[in-house]
Amino acid sequence: MPPSTLIARPSISISTSLPPPPPAAAAPAKPGIIIRELNVWFGDNHALKNVSLEIPDKNVTAIIGPSGCGKSTLIRALNRMHETTPGARVEGRVTVHGEDILDPEADPVLVRRKIGMVFQKANPFPTMSIYENVAAGLKLNGLAKGFSMEDIVEESLRDAALWDEVKDKLRQPGTSLSGGQQQRLCIARALAVRPDVLLLDEPCSALDPISTAKIEELILSLAGTFTLVIVTHNMQQAARVSGKTAFFLLGELIEFDDTPKIFTNPARKETEDYITGRFG
Amino acid sequence: MTLVAFDSGRYRRRKLFGRLAFASTALCAAGVLSALFFILGYLWVHGISSLNWDFFTKLPKPVGETGGGMANALVGSAELLCMAGLFGLPMGVFAGIYLSEYGHNRFGAVVRYTTDILNGVPSIVVGIFAYTLFVLPMRKFTALAGGAALGAMMIPIAVRTTEEFMNLVPISVREAAYALGIPRWKTVVFIVIPTAMRGIVTGIMLDFARVAGETAPLLFTAFGNRYWSRGILEPTSSLPVMIYTYAISPYEDWHRQAWAAGLVLLTLVLVMGVLARFAVRRPATV
Amino acid sequence: MFVLAPEHLPASPPAPHSREAAGGSSFSRSGKWGDRLFHGTALSFSTGILLLTGGIGASLWRNSSLSRHAFGWKFLVGRVWDPVAGQFGALPFLYGTILTSALALLIAVPLGVGAAIFLSELAPRRLSDIMSFLIELLAAVPSVIYGLLGIFVLVPLVRQFLEPVLGKTLGFLPLFSGPPYGVGFLSAGLILAVMIIPFIITVTREVMLSTPKLLREAAMALGATRWEVATTVVLPFARSGISGAIFLALARALGETMAVTMVIGNTPVVSASLFSPGYTMAAVLANEFTEATGDLYLNALIEIGLVLFGATLIVNALAQLLVWSVKNRGGRR
Repeated sequence: MPPSTLIARPSISISTSLPPPPPAAAAPAKPGIIIRELNVWFGDNHALKNVSLEIPDKNVTAIIGPSGCGKSTLIRALNRMHETTPGARVEGRVTVHGEDILDPEADPVLVRRKIGMVFQKANPFPTMSIYENVAAGLKLNGLAKGFSMEDIVEESLRDAALWDEVKDKLRQPGTSLSGGQQQRLCIARALAVRPDVLLLDEPCSALDPISTAKIEELILSLAGTFTLVIVTHNMQQAARVSGKTAFFLLGELIEFDDTPKIFTNPARKETEDYITGRFG
Repeated sequence: MTLVAFDSGRYRRRKLFGRLAFASTALCAAGVLSALFFILGYLWVHGISSLNWDFFTKLPKPVGETGGGMANALVGSAELLCMAGLFGLPMGVFAGIYLSEYGHNRFGAVVRYTTDILNGVPSIVVGIFAYTLFVLPMRKFTALAGGAALGAMMIPIAVRTTEEFMNLVPISVREAAYALGIPRWKTVVFIVIPTAMRGIVTGIMLDFARVAGETAPLLFTAFGNRYWSRGILEPTSSLPVMIYTYAISPYEDWHRQAWAAGLVLLTLVLVMGVLARFAVRRPATV
Repeated sequence: MFVLAPEHLPASPPAPHSREAAGGSSFSRSGKWGDRLFHGTALSFSTGILLLTGGIGASLWRNSSLSRHAFGWKFLVGRVWDPVAGQFGALPFLYGTILTSALALLIAVPLGVGAAIFLSELAPRRLSDIMSFLIELLAAVPSVIYGLLGIFVLVPLVRQFLEPVLGKTLGFLPLFSGPPYGVGFLSAGLILAVMIIPFIITVTREVMLSTPKLLREAAMALGATRWEVATTVVLPFARSGISGAIFLALARALGETMAVTMVIGNTPVVSASLFSPGYTMAAVLANEFTEATGDLYLNALIEIGLVLFGATLIVNALAQLLVWSVKNRGGRR
């Protein structure tokens, strides 16, 4: 895991004290997720309008924008979680590593095994211990045949930078951990099923700065192995962890480019207005 | 300038009236409560002396003889409650699951409404139904019929409890499971239900407590038995029916035993009820 | 690193705009049988409830056909219940049911609403919660226990004290005429009252507590005392809910069997006097069902069950409507 030098907090004027970009973004990235003309409606509400985007593989991509811009809708569409809302309708195409996930033939359940998600508020399963939480995805899907569950749990907790803190109390309830630890537990749980892609919907918004820093460190360490998409309302966070950033406004993709460029020299006026704090 | 009494006479009258109202309504509430204590106290006083080893272990003596016990009634009640659970709980719990997971539509509304109707059917009418369904074709009184009647009565509470506590499980828990690629039915069975289990179990305990004291539907289904019942296809004795039979009889000794049985029944019912309510403090429902 | 059960990946990259290329997607599950089976099971049990309830009604209807055809509507107004002669008129039972329920409501409603006002408006919250909890326990006491106390405590009290006193003071009224039997409409009404009060209190309190805080505070800001807030704001708001509570209690009283049959005397007469022994629909079913000889007798009894079923159905439906409408207008305090 590359040590993180990015925890220092840049000031609000982003153009002057931008941290160096994460190393993974320097290499040319092949697309992991290809989004073509994606439209999402909730009833009459046209939440996402003709979004086309190519999210690079094994990299961190940030989605930013003001409230209501559609960033949560986008990320939830990527693992078909939008279908849990009644009245949701979708048009367009989303391809992950060559597979069309919006294909009507495709089972959302299987899609979600390959595309994991971490939510805004940590949601460990209340009746399960730490160990059981991490193992839940594997156990209930029968995916760990021939492998030691304990090894998998340990590996996932190590990947989530939580192992050292919980290795002596694996049987304690998942909910007995602090907020930041619970969120890392949820990440470990998501990683245990070895998804191709990990979606993070504002994972740090309910956490204190120290837990946030730990999770950002974690995200960077995962970048070489997984494709990560993170929605965040915290622009500094986007600047710290992502290689490319997409800016959304009112359901439309306004600009998508390398993170340093978005934050130092954005092409669109709306982007500039947002990152300099004129609204949002 | 004083803030008090633009018209202090009127205000004093209002305060007095308020105090009177407080006193009289408090009296109403206290009066109702005193009924509870009176019932408990009276049963204790009259029943405790007759609660002995014989009561719990011996069969009833033939008519006119003193002594004996209600061992068969205790076992019979337990047997009936087991059968009631077997008949009523699967239907009730699964219907509750349906209503919570899939039932946000017209059909669900119909089921909910019908469950309320079922809840309002007098217990003796449920007994008639069990009679026509089991006793008439089989031409005899059976514990099976009694268990079925009690089971039907358990259904509405089971439905309501299950639905209520499953609805309390936050969406975030379900979403976490979906995001892991866990199929819906596994999410419900292995994640949602265990989370709601505590509430559901206490609801079931309350359900049993309610049905344990039912007498009317048993009068012509399980009927009664002076001896050990030899199987579910035989009539069986039960605690509430014994209380009734003994109470209306002309024998002093039987009255004495009725008090003892009443004490046992009430204790069981109240203890189950109190335990259940303390295990989970839920909002009162109609 | 461990390897999971490998998913089949298509050999060639798909053309971006044609869906056909994605055929054989590794995302298709061969059978969603788990979900379907589960949904189906839950659905069938739910349907089972519909069938059960409908079945009760249908069975009552079918098994009372002999009696319905023999007597028609006259069944409900016939005064004579004579199994030996084959004459079945249900009026004494209807009368007794209505009389005892009305008497019970007359006593229980003022007491119950008063107690509910105390518990929801006037008492300190802690005390109110404890008392309400205990009153809910009262609702859990089985009917046969009430009957037990009815026979050995209430009836002697009524016979030796209440009825003589009422007879001496109000004996000129037909309502309180006749010898003090003890068992009869009066005792039944009294015991029913005790049994339905907890329901009235619980539901009324619940409904009153759901008065929106805004309304209460508006009255309090005008300087109303707690009692005045209760009478001017809460009671009117909760009016239909309280009516609902009354209907619920009525439905409960109509179907009450054991306690009633143990203190009412079980005599099929229609009498103006409360002191007279009487009968109710539920009580006659409890007593005579096992002794019914002959199909007509049984059918007549089942027809009484049908009437009882219908009556409680209607009353419960009205009650749910009333209580539900109030709960929807307010919210929990």
